[in-house]
Amino acid sequence: MSDSRAAGGQAVDQNGGGISRPQQSYEGVALVAPTSIPYQRYSIETAHWWIARALGTALRTAGMKPAELDGFSVSSFTLFPDTAVGLTQHLGLTPRWLDHIPMGGASGVISLRKAARAVQAGDADIVACVAGDTNHIDSFRSLLSSFSRFAMDASYPYGYGGPNANFALLTDRYMHEYGATREDFGRICVAQRHNALNNPGAVMKKPLTLEQYLDARPIADPIALFDCVMPCAGAEAFLVMTVEEAQRRNLPFATISGAIERHNAHASDPIQLRGGWTIDIDDLWSQAGCAPADIDLLQTYDDYPVISMMQIEDLGFCAKGTAAQFVRDHDLTVTGDFPHNTSGGQLSGGQAGAAGGFIGLVEAIRQVTGQAGPTQVAGASRAMVSGFGMINYDRGVCSSAAILQGGQA
Amino acid sequence: MSTPLQPPPKKNPQNRTLSPTRPPEARSRAALGLTAAAAEGRFALQVCAACGSVQYPPRDACSTCLSVNLPWRDIDPHGDLLAETTVRTSTNLYFRERAPWRLGSVKLNAGPVILCHVHGDVAPRSPVRLINRLDRAGQGVLFALPLDRSPNMEDDPQLRALTSDPKHRRVLITEGRSDLAPVLAKALVTAGASTIFVGVSETWRPNPQQQALSEIAQVEILPLDVTDASSTRELAGEIGGKVDILINTARFIRPGSALTRADTAFAQQEMDVNYLGLMRLAQSFGPGMCARTADGVNAATAWVNILSAHALMPAPGFGSFSASQAAALSLSQSLRGEFRGAGLRLMNVFTGPTEDDWHQPLPPPKVLPRGLARSIVAGLHDGLEDVYCGDVAQDLIARMRRDPKVLEREMTMGAADGL
Repeated sequence: MSDSRAAGGQAVDQNGGGISRPQQSYEGVALVAPTSIPYQRYSIETAHWWIARALGTALRTAGMKPAELDGFSVSSFTLFPDTAVGLTQHLGLTPRWLDHIPMGGASGVISLRKAARAVQAGDADIVACVAGDTNHIDSFRSLLSSFSRFAMDASYPYGYGGPNANFALLTDRYMHEYGATREDFGRICVAQRHNALNNPGAVMKKPLTLEQYLDARPIADPIALFDCVMPCAGAEAFLVMTVEEAQRRNLPFATISGAIERHNAHASDPIQLRGGWTIDIDDLWSQAGCAPADIDLLQTYDDYPVISMMQIEDLGFCAKGTAAQFVRDHDLTVTGDFPHNTSGGQLSGGQAGAAGGFIGLVEAIRQVTGQAGPTQVAGASRAMVSGFGMINYDRGVCSSAAILQGGQA
Repeated sequence: MSTPLQPPPKKNPQNRTLSPTRPPEARSRAALGLTAAAAEGRFALQVCAACGSVQYPPRDACSTCLSVNLPWRDIDPHGDLLAETTVRTSTNLYFRERAPWRLGSVKLNAGPVILCHVHGDVAPRSPVRLINRLDRAGQGVLFALPLDRSPNMEDDPQLRALTSDPKHRRVLITEGRSDLAPVLAKALVTAGASTIFVGVSETWRPNPQQQALSEIAQVEILPLDVTDASSTRELAGEIGGKVDILINTARFIRPGSALTRADTAFAQQEMDVNYLGLMRLAQSFGPGMCARTADGVNAATAWVNILSAHALMPAPGFGSFSASQAAALSLSQSLRGEFRGAGLRLMNVFTGPTEDDWHQPLPPPKVLPRGLARSIVAGLHDGLEDVYCGDVAQDLIARMRRDPKVLEREMTMGAADGL
């Protein structure tokens, strides 16, 4: 990859906190059994059903019975009234380590970080990280209506545009500040649709041209139809265990070169033009001991293309405000010089609730372990994944990122 | 400039009247502070009593110092529009039916960033002034206006949705015998109202306002006796589908309290007109108005009660009348809850002693019909729920908020001397 910037040395906390101790490595942790249950636009099933299918598939891949699992981490918006607790009894699990990650688009990497530490510390031998949601005819509307207190008090009463309206505001300001155009956003969407056509599990099956993108029905100016993800039902999962355990089970595995998360960063920025990654990114590159040029593929959280641009900048692939030029200069498809959201991402794959926070991570594990099939990037050995979640009021609050490498079986 | 609102065409009775829908009503308890301020048209936000930082969205703890002492204070409403969007599709029916809908992100000079409705005449990324108004769910919402007045700016559809503007609307004034009636009718016509129905009771008696009322072309005088349920029902049957704003001006007042009267005859009349009269009007006109709150340019929008400020705390010398006013106030608060489901606003205009025969022994200041009419029209313009008209009413509510018990004692000290 090009346009790289040398990885910085010590991280400097721009929020003023200061990092007192270096983060320990994730050495010895393996990520296995990347699992995606093909998405559906609408489902009559429940989140429990989708999560059970993803968990069952991942365990079968690893040759395990549910009773052998001693760690379980779940992300979902539509489990109500259940949480991870209710799922243990529902699914017949007896874990000694249990977690529920309500962090939407940032949940995949955050689930991975916590599970990896549990495995390193011996609190659990094998953790299943699962995300899944259903999508009934009216469930997107009811999810919106109970999303957060600030949203209920201070954003829904204003046009009730949901996330479309919030991201429209950020996109409007981003375009004004940095001169990005609708064509630039369209390049990201068109490339991802190209990638999705190779992914049989993707919701979107038809090719998309830049003309179609530009002519699409406006949703919340400047956002139009193809800037928006399609809410759907689906589930994603992977297992976290020691490298020895993965080798003993003869499973292809990925390792974690580094991982970061941050919440409510840059609270004094009047509008979100950067995310929490900017605080921790130098630390991530130094944990991983590599630079942007060493990354073979990037999976950004793509609920709207402006957020992918923000990540391309904040993760260090280009300077702030230059992502539009970056996407003009690069080919973002699987066979291009900057493979990005190789399975089609959420823009073309669909957004299955909290599984949207896992889609890039699970695809990245497949890629660096050579299991991506029709979307495989040739020779992919190192991937970067980033997550972004939870429009609590006027901006996304959670950010996360990780660098993964293919392990030696 | 906003496109000037055109008078609505005659309604086709074969078309289905649009069912009222509402913007989202749910709010946290903290956020209701915004609603309370909007009811009086004030722009107020939480200000931390410990560190002074202005909070938004409403919180339970200061995001700077974690103090939980966050009183609502009037603050500078100016800021800059950072970004905007026009929502063209929504899963909420109210906004879906009214799309496109403009909103934006405003950086307030006082600190916080505010997502708000944006007036059509605000230029992109320009300075704005925010106002706090009740929406059709009856909750406080913030709205960005341009700094300077623009032509027909009240006709902006998003702004009009928040107000009870009389323009092109039909108003019923329930009692045409009071000297308020002609002055109010004139003020409403000046504000653009298209028809003023004026109810007159006991039509066999001469009405001192007859001449003044009949000189106003838009006025239509009709028989109405609020103490007679068949009279209120009959008039509702005749014009109920055309009343967009109802202003209840009916009032029966006599001096006296329990011990200064020998029987309950006046008290019964006070309750019959002031309390039961309101109930009869509500039962006759309320359902029809609630069904017509989404009926286009002249949709039903507001119900107005004129109450004595002594509905809040009895006046010395007018104990029995004050009790009937307190009863009417209490009923109006329940009615407001019932109306809110349909998006119909209920505005109470509290007035101090009015300049009339019954208040002759009281010292000034007193409220003149012109001042009362001005307050009513201004309240409709701003879509308010609570209006305090005149110095006495404003003084009373300020003292009431400071300490109701102290006010009670102040009001009755020396009562035995005179009134």
